[in-house]
Amino acid sequence: MADANGGLNIRPMDQFEVRPLFGGDTVGMFTITNVTLWMALAVVSVVLLMVVGSRGRALVPTRSQSVAELTYSFIYKMVEDVSGKDAVRFFPYVMTIFLFVFFSNVLGLIPFAFTPTSHIAVTAVLALAVFITVTVLGFVLHGTSFLKLFWVDSAPLALRPVLALIELISYFVRPVSHSIRLAGAMMAGHAVAKVFAGFAAALGAAFFIPILAVTALYALELLVAVIQAYVFTILTCVYLKDALHPHH
Amino acid sequence: MEGDLVQMGAYIGAGLACIGMGGAGIGVGHVAGNYLSGALRNPSAAPGQTAFLFIGIAFAEALGIFSFLVALLLMFAV
Repeated sequence: MADANGGLNIRPMDQFEVRPLFGGDTVGMFTITNVTLWMALAVVSVVLLMVVGSRGRALVPTRSQSVAELTYSFIYKMVEDVSGKDAVRFFPYVMTIFLFVFFSNVLGLIPFAFTPTSHIAVTAVLALAVFITVTVLGFVLHGTSFLKLFWVDSAPLALRPVLALIELISYFVRPVSHSIRLAGAMMAGHAVAKVFAGFAAALGAAFFIPILAVTALYALELLVAVIQAYVFTILTCVYLKDALHPHH
Repeated sequence: MEGDLVQMGAYIGAGLACIGMGGAGIGVGHVAGNYLSGALRNPSAAPGQTAFLFIGIAFAEALGIFSFLVALLLMFAV
């Protein structure tokens, strides 16, 4: 992409490279890499927020406690509103997904940090876990009548097979779009920020223009990080609703 | 020569795939604009519908992300 003889030398994709942390350059199944480190940091942040936040159990919450309480009630209300009252037993799973994705996204915005959610391998595992859970749950709860999800009763009879085919395809595309949306948004945002930062280095005296742009972009990226975590969670809730109530 | 041609095709294809972003932009703008016009007509009902706003935006955005994926595949996997 960038030519070696002068000009711009911006490599926006280098920041997504998976590297072993402790020497060596082969990445095996159990190698500790920068992905492992930043996923662990995300988990530590979740634990810190929830454990430290709920330690005091004060009637008048402290700052950390009210952040923990706000997050909890926000996700609780989301599960209840979107998936229905009987989906509350899956609240811990949804909460885990939200907090992990949220902290992975937000920690990745620290300069020189690594964003685990920018890798499709990471988000695909999260999305496939949701997909398999939801499909198994649907068949366990409803048996074969779960397949009515694909058979739209309210449509004219002639249209139903066509609709069933479309519904079937869209059902199997779910894990793909679910995972690629998160990874794509994270990857694209970080690559754009890197490209603008590269402009600042190339422009010399006029460096402040791209730096202003990067500052604005960074604010947008923070918004995107939070919204993508929200969207990932709310789609989990929507899929859960389909499994619990497959009748249209 | 042969490899250069393939490379060129991949780059042109990656550029063409970016047109898909325009479609996603139209979709997201349509969802958000309709939400806003609905919200201005009946502001008291607006907060209850933000979840649907984000779901709609997410579905519209997914297709734009697919075009991004095609571009990435052409750049790095072909």
